Amino acid sequence: MEEVKLLGQWPSPFTYRVIWALKIKGIPYEFVADDVTNKSPSLLKCNPVHKKIPVLVHGEKPICESMIIVEYLDEVWPQNPLLPSDPQERAVARFWAKFADDKGPSIWDMFRGTGEALEQAKKATLEMLQAAIEDHGLGDKKFFGGDQIGIADIAFGSIIHWLTFIQVAVGVNLLETHRFPRLLGWLQNFQQVPEIQENLPDWEETAAFFTGRREVLLKSTWPPRRQ
Amino acid sequence: MSKEDVLTLDYWCSPFCMRVKIGLTEKGVAYESREEEDLFGEKSELLLKSNPIYQKVPVLLHNGKPLSESMIILSYIDEQWPSPPLLPSCAYARAQARFWADYIDKKLFEAVCGIWRSQGEAVEVAKKGFIEVLKVLEGALGEKDFFCGDTFGYVDIVAIPITIWFLASERYGNFQVETECPKFAAWIKRCLQRESVSKVLTDPEKIYGFVGVARKMQGIE
Repeated sequence: MEEVKLLGQWPSPFTYRVIWALKIKGIPYEFVADDVTNKSPSLLKCNPVHKKIPVLVHGEKPICESMIIVEYLDEVWPQNPLLPSDPQERAVARFWAKFADDKGPSIWDMFRGTGEALEQAKKATLEMLQAAIEDHGLGDKKFFGGDQIGIADIAFGSIIHWLTFIQVAVGVNLLETHRFPRLLGWLQNFQQVPEIQENLPDWEETAAFFTGRREVLLKSTWPPRRQ
Repeated sequence: MSKEDVLTLDYWCSPFCMRVKIGLTEKGVAYESREEEDLFGEKSELLLKSNPIYQKVPVLLHNGKPLSESMIILSYIDEQWPSPPLLPSCAYARAQARFWADYIDKKLFEAVCGIWRSQGEAVEVAKKGFIEVLKVLEGALGEKDFFCGDTFGYVDIVAIPITIWFLASERYGNFQVETECPKFAAWIKRCLQRESVSKVLTDPEKIYGFVGVARKMQGIE
């Protein structure tokens, strides 16, 4: 069995997507922490195009982009599948995972934004949550994947759990129970899956980290932030 | 092959719609193509019902079940009709293919359109950015005929329809892809030799005409 290494970083949500997939499938791996302020030569070698974590290295083979890594893991280690077997259902799962990736960045726009830009980002985030979970995607299912979590749950999990930190950092509360009953039910179920529960960053530490980062961001004038 | 109900919702100049049709043609799947007559005005009821989230083309309806997002549809086509395969069989090669398809999807169309959407000094900046993307793709191609090796496949299908937009940018940007990136130009020529590609792609001259109108409307000189 070839060695599996994960180049990643606390508290990157994208790193955690891969950790969750590895844990759900029971794949042993070595975690190699990378410092995004001082990217290592091995990261730059493994991901010369984007120069980003996470990177999974299986044997000598690097695989980049979190959801591509998750699909790779699902193909090589088929136990506890993260995608259904039916092509139509697979396409629907991929659609919601992609939706999470396309719309999810609005939470980071919130994190970096002030004034009008912050308001726009909050609006976009609320629309994403409404469409994906309350109105269309989840339906009456416990998870996007049905009774077990799948790729769409992993994709959304990394966004919505991190939204709980960003809310604290920005000083807002978007995840209101009366507005998002399905979402909060889904989030609770997701967080209670043992492989997820045992592999979440420490909540207090991470909230403090993002609060501190936002303070630094708001004080600095470079890079120019969205206003 | 038994007759199945395969319908695509299209728009004539959309490279994303062309991906779906090339994929179906490669698989020998008969389909009906329905043009959205007023995509930027009043979208059809079928489109709104089939893709309520994005309200965009392409949409594939297979026996009435809708799917959207061109790359996801392409993966579906590959899985639903497995022969001939569009993705490699080895998991690592598949991950590489998905990586490059994702890179192309995120970068190439934006980069080429950035040129004809610009004026003045911004054109040169946009041109430089576009050629940088092509150079990265030439690196991915290496010495291979197609992105995944000897066989035309998923990554080629994701990229080739975008190339019909190159002519407009070459003329407005005053450069030629063949001169700047000959390897990429050679890959384009190889793809155009495939019947599925030559049958499906819109004539680049028509795109050039469309871009001219768009530029006038946006006040770009």
